[in-house]
Amino acid sequence: MQRGKGMKFVGDSRVPASGRKPNIPKDYSEYPGKTEAFFPNFLLKEWLVGAVFLVGYLCLTAAHPSPLERLADPTDSGYIPLPDWYFLFLYQLLKYEFVSGDYVVIGIVIIPALSFGALLLAPWLDRGPERRASRRPIASGMMLLAVLAVVYLTWEAVENHDWEAAAEQGEMLDDEAAELAEQVDTEHEGYQIYSDQGCIACHGDQLQGSGAAGPSLFDTQYDVDTIKNIAVEGIGEMPPGLFEGTDEELQILAEYIASGGGAQEGESGEDGASAEDAAGEETTEESDEE
Amino acid sequence: MLQRLYDWVDERLDITPIWRDVADHEVPEHVNPAHHFSAFVYCFGGLTFFIIVIQFLSGMFLTMYYVPDIVNAYESVKYLQGEVAFGMIVRGMHHWGASLVIVMVFLHTLRVFFTGAYKKPRELNWVVGVLMFFILMGLGFTGYLLPWDMKAYFATVVGLQMAESVPIIGTLIKTLLSGDPEIVGAQTLTRFFAIHVFFLPAALLGLMAVHFIMIRRQGIAGPL
Repeated sequence: MQRGKGMKFVGDSRVPASGRKPNIPKDYSEYPGKTEAFFPNFLLKEWLVGAVFLVGYLCLTAAHPSPLERLADPTDSGYIPLPDWYFLFLYQLLKYEFVSGDYVVIGIVIIPALSFGALLLAPWLDRGPERRASRRPIASGMMLLAVLAVVYLTWEAVENHDWEAAAEQGEMLDDEAAELAEQVDTEHEGYQIYSDQGCIACHGDQLQGSGAAGPSLFDTQYDVDTIKNIAVEGIGEMPPGLFEGTDEELQILAEYIASGGGAQEGESGEDGASAEDAAGEETTEESDEE
Repeated sequence: MLQRLYDWVDERLDITPIWRDVADHEVPEHVNPAHHFSAFVYCFGGLTFFIIVIQFLSGMFLTMYYVPDIVNAYESVKYLQGEVAFGMIVRGMHHWGASLVIVMVFLHTLRVFFTGAYKKPRELNWVVGVLMFFILMGLGFTGYLLPWDMKAYFATVVGLQMAESVPIIGTLIKTLLSGDPEIVGAQTLTRFFAIHVFFLPAALLGLMAVHFIMIRRQGIAGPL
């Protein structure tokens, strides 16, 4: 190999052989016949490794299409989030008492800063000339410990996560279910009251509202008690005294509206949760689904 | 014809030494799996590079369909996944590549660590490598939000909460990332898109170049 104007380099490097640099391998002329040129000889072998790897990679891609859950709904407070798997160790770490709450600084700053800082500065923390892992037990031990900790934390996070609930809560709704979620349950007792009490005149037959006269109730943010108040006392342009039914009917109506017209939101956990909330202490366990 | 074209350029720019240096450098025996099977551990770095190239390519194709705004982002991903020819494969490769690259970087880091290859004179290359590891984590975090589905949104909310709980600068970091101290919404998505598609890949490319130039300059660490 032509190496410039009589320059002598160390090994396969571009570092001149002046004896200034330690820890650089001997010249490869000392291993006759065992070295090979990068291109094309060695690259061809790497290419083969890459091809085998690519086949596995494509099989994975074909066997497991990348997941897509339903459209983000920031109001769904019942959703249990989970970061991608390579952040799970940090996610799990922050669940422990002594690194969260009042001590969150320890979990979020001190531990990560120490461990990633140590990783970054490893060459200056482990300065000895020895390269073999077995001859620098402290460095190797710490690294092993860190790897075990990361593996353990990730494992724990996976163990503690309710995968079935997670699969359900994010499930994409098919067209039929999505349509149902947009429609109110007209078979519901609440709908009967809604219609009998005349709410339907201003707020529409799908709780969709009718422009200026009555706003949409479909996604109302009010809770059951507020809705009861408004139905009796009115709000804004809505006059008081429109509701003339019994307290029991009022309760059913308010729960019905708060639950989004008994919308059948597939199996998403939110609906059940909010319906339960709405029921409160009242024993009117109106199952507004199905 | 091609040869004459090459000669014409070479006569003026002397490009031969540039590529001959890469092509002719000798690969030592101890990293060659053909001589010692256990030397396959030296492949992890190359495979990391391979996946990163795939990530760049698949990502470029994804942006041909992806729309970074909260109304259309989800629909565009759904369309890409369900309707576009090979869209599922392209998105799948980008999705799985994101995980595989972390695995490969992890293995590569362990190989370098346990063979003590980061010792003098290669300290700087180790530092650059760890920085690239952080960048890849950042790419994973910002890319997770882009489909704008439930998982994406809520994982990002949690991530931003973590950033916010850093003392003193927490709120600043959160605002920088999400565009608002409170809301995770339209601005967050466009910022994450910009970070994921422009800032971090640019940084990664620069550091990769430095990483490789340093390897060429110093050579691969010798046998143990």
